[in-house]
Amino acid sequence: MSTRLKTGGRLIDRSAGIEFSFNGKRMRGYAGDTLASALLAGDQMLVGRSFKYHRPRGIIASGAEEPNALVNLGRAGRLEPNQRATTTELFDGLEARSQNHWPSLDYDIGVVNNLAARFLPGGFYYKTFIHPRAAWKHLFEPIIRQSAGLGSAPRDRDADRYEQAYAFCDLLIVGGGIAGLRAALVAGRAGARVWLVEQTPHWGGRAPVDGDVIDGQGAAAWVDAALSELSAMDNVTLRLRCMAAGSYDHGYVLLDEKLADHTPGDGRPRHRLWRMRAAKIIAATGAIERPLSFAGNDIPGVMLASAVRDYVVNWAVSPGDRTVVVTNNDDAYRTAIALREAGLEVAAVIDARAVADGALPNRARAMGIRVETGRAIAKVKGGKRVEAVEICVAAGEGAASSTLPCDAVAMSGGWSPVVHLWSHCGGKLIWDEAEAMFRPDPARPPRHHDGSAMVQAAGAANGALRAALLDADTQVKIALQDLGFAAQIPDIPAHETEAEAPLEPVWIMPQGAGIALRAKMFLDYQNDVKVSDVQLAAREGYESVEHTKRYTTLGMATDQGKLSNINGLAVLADSLNAPIPQVGTTTFRPPYTPVPLGALAGEARGEIFQPLRKTPMHDWHEKNGAHFEPVGYWRRPYCFQRPGETVQQAVEREVRNTRAALGLLDASTLGKIIVKGPDAGRFLDMLYTGMMSTLPVGKCRYGLMCNEQGFLIDDGVVARLSQDSWLCHTTSGGADRIHAWMEDWLQCEWWDWQVFTANVTEQYAQVAVVGPNARKLLETLGGMDVSREALPFMAWADGTLGGFACRVFRISFSGELSYEIAVPAGQGAAFWAALHAAGADFGAMPYGTEALHIMRAEKGFIMIGDETDGTIIPQDLGLDWAISKKKADYLGKRGQERAFLASADRWKLVGFETLDGSVIEDGAYIPEPGHNANGQRKVQGRVTSTYLSPTLGRGIAMGLLRQGPARMGEVVDFTRTDGGTTRARVVSPVFFDKDGEKPNV
Amino acid sequence: MLLLECPYCGVKAEETELSPGGEAHLKRFGPGSSDDEFEAYMFARKNPKGVHFERWRHAYGCGKWILAARCTATLEVFGTYVAQSSAPPADIVEKIKAKRPEWKGFS
Repeated sequence: MSTRLKTGGRLIDRSAGIEFSFNGKRMRGYAGDTLASALLAGDQMLVGRSFKYHRPRGIIASGAEEPNALVNLGRAGRLEPNQRATTTELFDGLEARSQNHWPSLDYDIGVVNNLAARFLPGGFYYKTFIHPRAAWKHLFEPIIRQSAGLGSAPRDRDADRYEQAYAFCDLLIVGGGIAGLRAALVAGRAGARVWLVEQTPHWGGRAPVDGDVIDGQGAAAWVDAALSELSAMDNVTLRLRCMAAGSYDHGYVLLDEKLADHTPGDGRPRHRLWRMRAAKIIAATGAIERPLSFAGNDIPGVMLASAVRDYVVNWAVSPGDRTVVVTNNDDAYRTAIALREAGLEVAAVIDARAVADGALPNRARAMGIRVETGRAIAKVKGGKRVEAVEICVAAGEGAASSTLPCDAVAMSGGWSPVVHLWSHCGGKLIWDEAEAMFRPDPARPPRHHDGSAMVQAAGAANGALRAALLDADTQVKIALQDLGFAAQIPDIPAHETEAEAPLEPVWIMPQGAGIALRAKMFLDYQNDVKVSDVQLAAREGYESVEHTKRYTTLGMATDQGKLSNINGLAVLADSLNAPIPQVGTTTFRPPYTPVPLGALAGEARGEIFQPLRKTPMHDWHEKNGAHFEPVGYWRRPYCFQRPGETVQQAVEREVRNTRAALGLLDASTLGKIIVKGPDAGRFLDMLYTGMMSTLPVGKCRYGLMCNEQGFLIDDGVVARLSQDSWLCHTTSGGADRIHAWMEDWLQCEWWDWQVFTANVTEQYAQVAVVGPNARKLLETLGGMDVSREALPFMAWADGTLGGFACRVFRISFSGELSYEIAVPAGQGAAFWAALHAAGADFGAMPYGTEALHIMRAEKGFIMIGDETDGTIIPQDLGLDWAISKKKADYLGKRGQERAFLASADRWKLVGFETLDGSVIEDGAYIPEPGHNANGQRKVQGRVTSTYLSPTLGRGIAMGLLRQGPARMGEVVDFTRTDGGTTRARVVSPVFFDKDGEKPNV
Repeated sequence: MLLLECPYCGVKAEETELSPGGEAHLKRFGPGSSDDEFEAYMFARKNPKGVHFERWRHAYGCGKWILAARCTATLEVFGTYVAQSSAPPADIVEKIKAKRPEWKGFS
């Protein structure tokens, strides 16, 4: 059983007891514990069930690479699934629950999947897709959904807050082990702005655990001295609990700093996400030990040798009374020695190598530890915890020569450098035969904007597993030279570690293991991928490591294969009879470990999720029942509801009142772009399909804009302000886009044309005064002549109304007598109020966007985004009259000449009148007999705008129909979502005031 | 998160300040052009792995369009220059040739 030792534990404070709970069971630990060390101290070996087979799983690692010990942490607004127990600092009141079990961790029904394992081979998801089809929907999917899964998604709103900050530095050093500390010392002394970040709450990394001696003192003492020097440097920033999630283009790095994970609810933000821009990055991220693949290597109690050592030395936790160490290298002997020094029993060191006579094995032997060379573990016996191991010949097929009772197994298959930050942005790796590992290839680093190396790997991360300090000196010197700092390294520390003999790569243990054993050798613990799955994938033709990954799900879990990738690809390479470097690795992608979505969102939540654009009249709208809708970043009133009214009733009232008396519309969101200069007319003639250069000063003209393909992108009324300036109105959502479009052509194509543009959308408030009483209202306000003679339809004039300086446009989007009046934005609210005050006698009511849409549809006016979708040319909409035939060129003219756009079979705009007066459904199609190649019904058209017309008391619609204008009077069928059809007659799209007399009074 | 120096305002602009505009130095073909010419102008893009010339707008800065010579494989930036250029400037071409001897030159 695992337990707490009476003495030792360099990270725990035995005077500070902590209470926490696991699956409701109250447990105790100490300050400095991780959840994992505290669970082990309480003999909680079983911590979860595996993803696919629901096999019992225990803690295997001691750091970020942990695949098994994932828990639901906290509750309600602080529930966080999939938290690794090994990186969770213990705090008073911590609540953790194990995942993926039902009904309980100890008695899990899903474990039947384990018995059915041979029916769930690699790639079984894809195989179940094939046939019979119904089996997927009714059999496989429900079973998989029920049994697979990790933590439960939180239901409550996140109770915490998060913040983001920008930072800049010369040198970002990631990893607070001895290599990172040394690099920071050298760079700090050289005067560089240095950031040193460490993901755990402790500096020093592995060296203090492994017994390194630096400058004649223990590594821990050297670390303390280094820290006190670094803390005194103003140019050095030190951050613990700060994980470098990813490195991106040109020195951009995301750092996730856990501020209050271990002190929840103390008022601080839970995480702070640093958006760092570093001139140079040093990745001193260390290395991760690899498991060995032997049968039963996932039974609780089987752990990484380094993790066993960590638990004993750091937290005084013994994973077992009697441990078997199994290895292919010398480093694991440190674990045997540490266990023995802690007074624990080491049953044997099982070494797959034929000879082990280096300093460490000999020291172990001298301590009386039994060392068996040329041996392997045939299988681990046990269920929810290790009971014994069967020993066999390493080169054999797994026939057991003896059985060793034990309650823990410490395994080591060698070390893999943590190359993520090197690789995220394109750094390449080379295969190191001697250490059987991929390490950064110094000749192919990720590149900075100037072509220099963006990342230097240092220490174990660079493959220098033993000479980490020396390598740190070398790398930081290169980095400082690149940055232009004079790097002096006067005091090279004497770094002593015990010499190690070479390892011998072991990818399967024993070498000749049969299928029964291989089907119990787990590569990816979290996703339950076994040696036999990868071998099956290779047999089925998956030769690319990227394909094998997706087929078997190797390395696709939340740990992203930190333990499994190298072992998995070595098995794949072996199956393909290819060298490992030829098979290569899968792509390393950020984040290194999961980052909470809350940290990525930062403060962008709730009211400040995104900026809102408000018109000057917005407050008035809010006070007067506005029902808002989003239009781009704008919020516009959809309608103004009165007490007791539904939205629909309000819309109908607004339409009827505007047509009968007087409506007021806040049109401030309308895009307004001034185009000015000697070449402005010529420019607008290129931009619009119509002729704008000939527009007289004081007049307005409707215009269409197309992209180079000829498709309609915007429309609006253009007013000529003076000899050399025009005001272009755009759609509400289109102002910024069209302004950018104009600038693109002026800056990049016609840069010799003398034209200025200015987007003045927000400089003006604009009100549409609409309806038979519109003129009466303006005359009551007084100040300028708005008569038919002085200000005819499609003219504009400057003047004053009720004391407000304004510009009045006689334009109409409703088919009524209509004035659009622009005033300076600061006057907007007052002008709007004045219109309502004076308009009360004339029946003035505000109306919203829905009434606007209905009235324009009654008139057959198109709306960009309704009648257009990026594939519609003006000719499709019957707008040929707005296209100049005289111009040699305009944007989109050549595109419109393409044969398929000139076809007579194009779908063209017509109106539809339902036979029974009902309203055609939004998005309805007009099918025709027959089916296309995909078995779908053929269609000949669709609806684009459909409304209940309050004016006509019936459903009206516009839509596109093949050869539509030639089919007036024909009756067609529209689809309905209930499966039926709506019959409608093809008519003119102009339903109201067909001769256009009303606006022209 | 690319860094591109704006040749107008001198700011070392981060990608979030910029909006992309696709391949640079396209020749516009309008009315009177052949179908092949128009197709090439509209749709045919080089999309190289390696040296590339691109349009970017300093949209959240000075608002100017700029051009950038960049390696799409390593993200190295050889230089940025004003949009009022019908071909890459000679000094940038020389710099690219020095760094990428295998590059066939701008065409």
